[in-house]
Amino acid sequence: MLEGIAAAFIVGGIICVLAQIFIELTPYKITPGHILVFYVVTGTFISGLGWYQPLIDFAGAGATLPLSGFGHILAQGVIEAVDEEGLKGIFTGGLSAASMGITVALMMGVVMSLIFKPKG
Amino acid sequence: MVKQKIENCSEQELKDLLKEVQAEHQKLVMAEAEVKEESLRQKYHQQVLANEEQGKYIQQQLGKLYQEKAASVQPKALLMRNIARAFLVGGLICTFGQIVLNFVMLKFGLETREAAGIVSVTVVVITSILTGFGIYDEIGRFGGAGCTVPISGFANSIVSAAMEFRREGLVYGVGAKIFTIAGPVILYGTIASIVVGIIYYLVG
Amino acid sequence: MGKRIGRQTLQFTEEITIRSFATVVGRKEAEGPLGPFYDYVFPDNLFGEDSWEKAEQKLQQYAVELALEKVKLEAQQLDYYLGGDLLNQIIATSYTARKIGVPFFGLYGACSSLVEAMILGSCLIDGGFADLLVACASSHHETAERQLRYPTEMGVQRTPTSQWTVTGSGAYLLGKHTGDWKITHAVPGKIIDREIKNNADMGSAMAAAAADTIITFAADTGMINQIDYVVTGDLGIVGYKLCQCLLQEKGIDLGERYSDCGMAVYHAEQQDVHAGGSGCGCSAIVLGTRYLTQLLKKKGEKLFLVGTGALLSPTTNLQGDSIPGIGHGILIEKV
Repeated sequence: MLEGIAAAFIVGGIICVLAQIFIELTPYKITPGHILVFYVVTGTFISGLGWYQPLIDFAGAGATLPLSGFGHILAQGVIEAVDEEGLKGIFTGGLSAASMGITVALMMGVVMSLIFKPKG
Repeated sequence: MVKQKIENCSEQELKDLLKEVQAEHQKLVMAEAEVKEESLRQKYHQQVLANEEQGKYIQQQLGKLYQEKAASVQPKALLMRNIARAFLVGGLICTFGQIVLNFVMLKFGLETREAAGIVSVTVVVITSILTGFGIYDEIGRFGGAGCTVPISGFANSIVSAAMEFRREGLVYGVGAKIFTIAGPVILYGTIASIVVGIIYYLVG
Repeated sequence: MGKRIGRQTLQFTEEITIRSFATVVGRKEAEGPLGPFYDYVFPDNLFGEDSWEKAEQKLQQYAVELALEKVKLEAQQLDYYLGGDLLNQIIATSYTARKIGVPFFGLYGACSSLVEAMILGSCLIDGGFADLLVACASSHHETAERQLRYPTEMGVQRTPTSQWTVTGSGAYLLGKHTGDWKITHAVPGKIIDREIKNNADMGSAMAAAAADTIITFAADTGMINQIDYVVTGDLGIVGYKLCQCLLQEKGIDLGERYSDCGMAVYHAEQQDVHAGGSGCGCSAIVLGTRYLTQLLKKKGEKLFLVGTGALLSPTTNLQGDSIPGIGHGILIEKV
């Protein structure tokens, strides 16, 4: 049960630290929203180049959980869809592959907003 | 007034200069307003714009001088502390994910890719519940990017926005605001995937 | 008559007094250093209402009612209600004014709203247009967060320059002749914008305006050395230091006499508020609770309060424009 957790901890930690350094050393304008967008886009391109899979092989959840892993899902989705469906796959692959994460998050958002009130 | 001259001005000189520019602006606008002929008007208008440009530049220069002073009293960024916290919290979230991943792979005999999807969903659900109980914002305040970058940060941004704007109704409150931060992520993620798809289609 | 001295300073000829004041705060403020001295503490941030905006309205209403009740007056005896808050269209103030039902001026000066209201109120009284009125301002941490920053449940790290919006409201009853304090001078501020664009560093954005008002007051009246307390509204630690720097450059060294409401309202370290408190409520609750009661102890002491406001708009801030700052000054003296 515990195999690979050291790698996950270190790689996951480092990916987060890079963002923290980025926030601290750039002007105030970099907000969490910018960071999330930056990670997804970067993850997509890195994965598109085929460089993200080795990281996942090494670090498991340490590479899939950060939002760059979300980008990886998008990229792999589109690549597979292009293989199967050709041109049409360019437009269906990304979102289809990422649909589970997005759908669950949106669903949880609505459910939580109906159950809980923000505490401040 | 040439820019170089402005750059060497003291604060007081800049302030005086700004007043002059201001007074001149008013006269120029009047002059432009009074002229009937279109070509002359254009000429005056150019002068007005030049004046405005100059005012803006002086203002910026004043700001620059001020910001130098402000920088000297700024508190030190807690870089090392925040980095340590981000590493710890981000690392722990991923470690938790890895334990779930190992469990799922072992129990259901799934391959990494499918198991990783289940891990993500688990983290999203747990984060949502923590957000609902008002705990995740405390963790986030501590962990900084360590809480933002994992998919839990994505889930938190969705759930917190939905909860926050519930009072403004289900359509324009929850419905619209839920995408405040998730929207850009999904949008630019999708665009990036299209770009990757096109390149792969052409090259691969 | 000579009601104006120098370029910007007003000198009131009537004896305008603060007849009473009341402060209402939330729990975090009650845990701060001034905790025991507030008039009313709400146990949570909703106050039994179903939204934070409604709660903020209640804050203000309670403050006004308490201020009136302290001197056994009724709302209907007020000639005017002057107030402001941080919400869009200063709606909390308008709703309170709706309840109170007297002629109303809604003011927006961001965190300087209280002093803005006090200056205009003093002018109304001095001009003979009013005998009794209330100046009031409020802010609420959660309403400000959701409007200006992030949803309250979002896990975001705060920067060291950021300030914590105070949940609280202060109401000041202004009248003539009777009262423990009098307002003798006022300095309406100018907008000073030094191109600070960081919305998490309001202290720096406002410090220039605060310093400008103090410098103007010193030049207009020559009284700055007779002032026992010079107080700024909500500059926080960053703005406080910067303002002190700017004053020293002009040869005004206030030393111990200078303090800031934003730094007085919380225990900065234990309460995790970074650079200090902010918001309309900040100066509104600290002025009365800390400084006015302090003035009571010794006759003839003078306090110069500069209400500082960062007139920030989230829209233009996103468009990359800077934050205009303002500082309104008012001189209060023990009768």
